[in-house]
Amino acid sequence: MDMKFDAQAEGFRAEVRSFVESNLPDDIRAKVSEEEMILPRDMMQRWHHELFKQGWGCPSWPVEHGGAGWSDEEHYLFEREIALADAPRPIPYGVVMLAPCLMEYGSKAQQEKFLPGILTGDQLWCQGFSEPNAGSDLASLKCRAERDGDHYVINGSKTWTSDAHVADWMFGLFRTDSSGRKQQGITFLMIDMKSEGVTISPLENFEGTHEVNQVFFDNVRVSVDNRVGAENEGWGVAKYLLGLERFGTAEVGRSLASLGRLKTLAKTVKVGSGTLLNDSDFMNEVARAEIALRALEVTEQRFLFGPGGSESMGAEASMLKVRGTEIQQDILELAHQALGYHAHAMIDVASPENDHNPAAIAKAHYNFRKTSIYAGSNEIQKTIIAKAVLGL
Amino acid sequence: MNFTFSEEQNLFRDSIRRYLEETYPFENRAKTLEHPNGYPEELWQSLAELGWLALPFAEEYDGLGGSAVDSMIVMEEIGRVLLVSPFLSTVLLSGQLIAAAGSESQKRDLIPQIGAGQLKLALAFAEANSGYDLAHVSTSAVKEGNGYRLNGAKCAVFNAQSADIIIVVARTSGAVDDQEGLSLFRLDPTMDGLEIKNYRTHDGGTASDIVFEDLFIPDKALLGDVGTAYPHLQKVIDQASVALCAEASGAMWAISEQSGVYFKTREQFGQNLGSFQALQHRLVEVYMKCQLSQSLVYDAVCALDDFDVLEQSADGDTTNIAQKVSQKVSAAKYQVGLDARSVGQEGIQFHGGMGMMTELPIGHYYKRITMINATFGDPRYHLKRYRDTMCQSIISAT
Repeated sequence: MDMKFDAQAEGFRAEVRSFVESNLPDDIRAKVSEEEMILPRDMMQRWHHELFKQGWGCPSWPVEHGGAGWSDEEHYLFEREIALADAPRPIPYGVVMLAPCLMEYGSKAQQEKFLPGILTGDQLWCQGFSEPNAGSDLASLKCRAERDGDHYVINGSKTWTSDAHVADWMFGLFRTDSSGRKQQGITFLMIDMKSEGVTISPLENFEGTHEVNQVFFDNVRVSVDNRVGAENEGWGVAKYLLGLERFGTAEVGRSLASLGRLKTLAKTVKVGSGTLLNDSDFMNEVARAEIALRALEVTEQRFLFGPGGSESMGAEASMLKVRGTEIQQDILELAHQALGYHAHAMIDVASPENDHNPAAIAKAHYNFRKTSIYAGSNEIQKTIIAKAVLGL
Repeated sequence: MNFTFSEEQNLFRDSIRRYLEETYPFENRAKTLEHPNGYPEELWQSLAELGWLALPFAEEYDGLGGSAVDSMIVMEEIGRVLLVSPFLSTVLLSGQLIAAAGSESQKRDLIPQIGAGQLKLALAFAEANSGYDLAHVSTSAVKEGNGYRLNGAKCAVFNAQSADIIIVVARTSGAVDDQEGLSLFRLDPTMDGLEIKNYRTHDGGTASDIVFEDLFIPDKALLGDVGTAYPHLQKVIDQASVALCAEASGAMWAISEQSGVYFKTREQFGQNLGSFQALQHRLVEVYMKCQLSQSLVYDAVCALDDFDVLEQSADGDTTNIAQKVSQKVSAAKYQVGLDARSVGQEGIQFHGGMGMMTELPIGHYYKRITMINATFGDPRYHLKRYRDTMCQSIISAT
């Protein structure tokens, strides 16, 4: 057992660190450091372009498709370093989710049509899974795709669609048959967001951000060429997609960056004649969060670098999502508490001597209530662990 | 980075588990505890043969040169089966303290005997008013002629009842909370004037309260150099704290697994307990706590091993490293303590009325876990120690 990275891995870490330092634009760094997950299209593409030039645009892809050919350690360190430096998360839907599905289930023509645009970051995607009445119970989705010659005609809607307002294309799951089990009769389709009959209706979070949308389909025609896998077999593709993410679900690097900001805040927020650092009750809470985060970090490392390597990680990964999001929320809640009265204003009115940004912290604290809900709510994750790991 | 045990370590763990499962199954535990010391005498020789007793010591003292990872393996397995023995007291506390603080001739004399199973030891450090502060020592050893005059009292001296030697931490100079001025003395438990009160502990083991009243001990009873015991004691207690975390981790996994079996077999309302989602999610919490606690045990164990390597090669100041290692120890002792407490309580609750019964292991795990928490610092103590180091580094960060 050895918890240190070897010299080669450390060299790689240093290379990533110095690359991010010299190439991450300040405005993007500032935005990400305010815990913004959904960036404007221009920011996503500018950063992705920097990575692409370096050959790191889609590092997890197979080398023949433009991937970096990294080891598990290198992938881990890359994700960690970009998170620590407040660089944006990798573009989630095209790069991380759709592309591997196309490589596994897509036709040669589909791969040739879509992969290059995803690799360069010119083409952005969104994911059409959830519906107003199909959230955690995803397979009960109803949005219909009816066959009409060599087209499908889509009617219905998708909701909680992150990035629909910036995306060029959507991949999603649609009901092509409702006669059998609900997991049967689902088909995986790709839809041009500029198609006639697509309407994007923004949804506003309670704290005021626009991240998600409801997307309506009114007789939208999609060529069968844009179907991934066979008709009625989309559930298998979706399961493959949902099982892809091994790196980063715990978001340890992001939380370490947030925790660093929380510590700086504790040092700068004045209370009486001292700062929050002198408040041992508050600092106990910070210590508790730091220890919880370290436990999560090592757990993730054990899953990735234990016997069998990352390939052997199964439903255990669900616990990384559960604990990771709990810790994210915990850290932001502490940051919010640290601000006291300064947490009320929706614009920054704090004295200039404090370099923190109370409005952004307060907003992020509200916004991050989403993390225990999205990507399979934490309750769903626990049910997965109960069944798949504990055999209940 | 890798979390794979070596082939040798896997074989070692297998041999431990096989031996303990065959020799000390839970069904016989109540009977075994009837021995006056909580364990049969033949246990000790078996442990010597299995290599446990020489495990952490350097080869030059007939030891096996084992790492903190190796000690962790033993402790995890001890935790799984609730073994009562003086292993921690003799090997990881007293033996390691002799290895750290003893003179060369003391090490050559005592450590091989420990490894061979010929000596059992106990460490008397805690006092009635010390809390978990190792520096708080009011027991005094005053120089007198060719020896020292000992006055004071020690409490909760684990396994003193079966020990051949008791090591006493006493103050040879300084005020009651000073880190400087602490010395170690080896005592023969049968010597005149030693007032020992033995008692059984909730986990089936033994401990003693000891009073020294004008007890004269010769110079040769001094272990190591006079007045320099504190850093050695601190280091050994840190190591032993991690060992206790490993023991707790072993117990936590056992509770989690046994609860899972119960969930799959116990039926109420015509279905398995495990089919109720209210219970499923609680067992998942237990499982996650087992995983997270185990991670912090690994983290602390690796820090101890790295520290040893650094210390052996260091020619400069290791204070900062020592502080970082202690912080990892506290992280583990805090989190494992909290999680083990919660897992133990859940385990009892999951088993309903049966959880309260003495013939089930669940309650015995909980008692042991609770004793572990009240040894070398409870979660609150370790959170504070962690916090103090953390705040210092926030202040010094630019």
